Amino acid sequence: MHNRLVAAVFVACAAVAAAGAAQARDQINIVGSSTVYPFATVVAETFGRGSDFKTPKIEATGSGGGLKLFCAGLGTDHPDITNASRRMKSSELEKCRENGVMDVVEIKIGYDGIVIANAKAAPEVQFTLRHLFLALAKQVPEGNQEGGQLVDNPNQAWSDVDPSLPDVAIEVLGPPPTSGTRDAFNELAIEGGCKTFPGLKTIKKEDKNRYKAICRGIREDGAYIEAGENDNLIVQKLAENPNAFGVFGFSFLDQNRDAVKGASIDGVAPEFENIATRAYPVSRPLYFYVKKAHVDVIPGIREYIAAFTSDDAWGDEGYLTDRGLIPLPTDERAQFGDNAVNLIPLESL
Amino acid sequence: MTSTGLSAISSQAAANRLLLRRKRAERRFQLYGILAISAAVGFLIVFLASIVSRGYMGFVQTEVQLTVNFDAELIEAGSYRKILRTSLVELFPEAGSSRAERRALAGMVSAGTVFVLRETVEADPAIVGTVQDVWVLASDPVDQFYKGRIDAALPEGERPISDASLARIAGLEEAGRIALRFNRNFFSRGDSRNPEEAGILGAIVGSALALVVTLVVSFPIGVMTAVYLEAFAPRNRITRLIEININNLAAVPSIVFGLLGLAVFLNLFGLPRSAPVSGGLVLSLMTLPTIIISSRAAIRAVPPSFAEAAMGLGASRVQAIFHHVLPAAAPGTLTGAIIGMAQALGETAPLLMMGMVAFVVEVPGGFTDPSTVLPAQVYLWADSPERGFAEKTAAAIIVLLGFLLVMNGLAVYLRRKFEKQW
Repeated sequence: MHNRLVAAVFVACAAVAAAGAAQARDQINIVGSSTVYPFATVVAETFGRGSDFKTPKIEATGSGGGLKLFCAGLGTDHPDITNASRRMKSSELEKCRENGVMDVVEIKIGYDGIVIANAKAAPEVQFTLRHLFLALAKQVPEGNQEGGQLVDNPNQAWSDVDPSLPDVAIEVLGPPPTSGTRDAFNELAIEGGCKTFPGLKTIKKEDKNRYKAICRGIREDGAYIEAGENDNLIVQKLAENPNAFGVFGFSFLDQNRDAVKGASIDGVAPEFENIATRAYPVSRPLYFYVKKAHVDVIPGIREYIAAFTSDDAWGDEGYLTDRGLIPLPTDERAQFGDNAVNLIPLESL
Repeated sequence: MTSTGLSAISSQAAANRLLLRRKRAERRFQLYGILAISAAVGFLIVFLASIVSRGYMGFVQTEVQLTVNFDAELIEAGSYRKILRTSLVELFPEAGSSRAERRALAGMVSAGTVFVLRETVEADPAIVGTVQDVWVLASDPVDQFYKGRIDAALPEGERPISDASLARIAGLEEAGRIALRFNRNFFSRGDSRNPEEAGILGAIVGSALALVVTLVVSFPIGVMTAVYLEAFAPRNRITRLIEININNLAAVPSIVFGLLGLAVFLNLFGLPRSAPVSGGLVLSLMTLPTIIISSRAAIRAVPPSFAEAAMGLGASRVQAIFHHVLPAAAPGTLTGAIIGMAQALGETAPLLMMGMVAFVVEVPGGFTDPSTVLPAQVYLWADSPERGFAEKTAAAIIVLLGFLLVMNGLAVYLRRKFEKQW
């Protein structure tokens, strides 16, 4: 009796497993960036409710992780679409092609601003990219002056960086190195500030790796605090500590304007319009990539792309802008909208 | 040591001093114990209070009463958006007809309202052509304001709700058309990106399905392993090695099981990603050591006289074990299994690798449907920018804690009910 029961249970398990593996998929699988996740999920939900297709399943794996899964091969075991908060690298496209994923359609959906913010109650500050570099880089020129010997960052208070800044200790809460936001912050803000030193900029030609280490390296002596991937947590901590600054995506600033305020960078405030016109220096493009071979095999992909690239969604007044997506300029939107309709694959990067 | 009287007195005094010191030490020790307990209880109270104070509002939702004209022509054309707009304009006649004003009006109610209207008609086609009062969900900013989570005293640009919206809410309040009502959606729907519509049913069902797989796989294997190791296996190097390994396995970080599951179940066996069957298998790997260890302890606690008496009356070894020892060990075995299940219920890390931390709207209907689990849902909501998700996160934690409490309560109950004194 017991034995028979156990045997039956195992047979049942094996059957379920086999059925699952053999089953054709009728639901779109999406992976990728956690920055694009809030936008893609809204589109997916609207798409699922407004059509007869199932709502796509979306995993936030990070841009790199998503592209890795995406490029692993063709077939129902592999995702159909991956979201990315940076452009695909040529090495990733090669990997895709090696695994049989020949045609990849690239669709740019809009921009995301990265803001540096502090508590509502704290004084307003105006940063330049150079300030951010001097305050947060691992090594800075001695005396914060051009031509100075590179030394471990000695700046303890913001006023050490520039007398116009407040005399409080540098304390910045930001994402960990695994995050795409951190990559973008390092590349756009820290490196942007680094480039304002012509002496450092010339290193790029001589030794690319050394340049990257200097211009994208964040100090590790406690002034920059890795606060985890959870941006809500950073917002909460800022509200409690008026001396701290936080680094996170624009949509979190937009949702929490009663608790935090964004600092202007190079004289440009982190506002919707400024990011849209690209005047705000720390913003990055967002993408999703579609496996062309899966279109018309997995039902609904074509329609999902159409829903994402409809004016209702990514337009200047689309519902994605309500969630903090900064729309593309009209010409770019037309170009990628065309890509989306005709599924024009990437030639190369 | 010459004067015995003196030394007796001094040794008496020394003994008294020693006694006092010992008593003081004892009192001190008790005080440390009480401090430790009060610290633990204090943390628990702070934790529960913060979760409950944030989460209880997640069980109610602000709703707005609309007067909807279910116009037959518009329904025929599928223009539910227009139907909604008409009823909103009717409710707020002072609003202009500019695009921005219309958007502001639409922003008063949940973005899903259009679909809700369609579902209402589909559920009851008889209402086509009639005018009905319908309660619909308020949008997230309206909901958060009505629940007192947004300070109206702040300047307009600094809060997520405009002055015009505040005036409209005041008007609704006067007309009795806005109210906090029980959040049915929370228990009847899957995930949503609109916090007011997001529900936890999908995650509850996903967790239940995964736990069924876990129980079905790990319980028989765990108990059989325990029985064999306790009752049949010879005591030698190999069994000792196995024992040590099982004990070590119980301490392996759960993410390692996730990586193993990713490599074996998904990549090698090709099981579906994000499905309860694959998640449940990984959780069962994790639960196995707990079940084996507790089952072995339970079996060992049964006096050997049980098996000896049975065998003395002619029972075979297997009969003695299955008819007498295992039933006597059942409370301990079941307790171990339930505690293992409770652990599995609270686990996210290995499921992250199995793709179960995902946005899944539809409530899963089977073991191979994409689904998420309760703790993964908590994680996803905690990371969402919309304000309303903060209380949804806490509410989901309350639900999760509720399930854990029920499971642990069940374990205690089983132990009390079936435990025998030998």
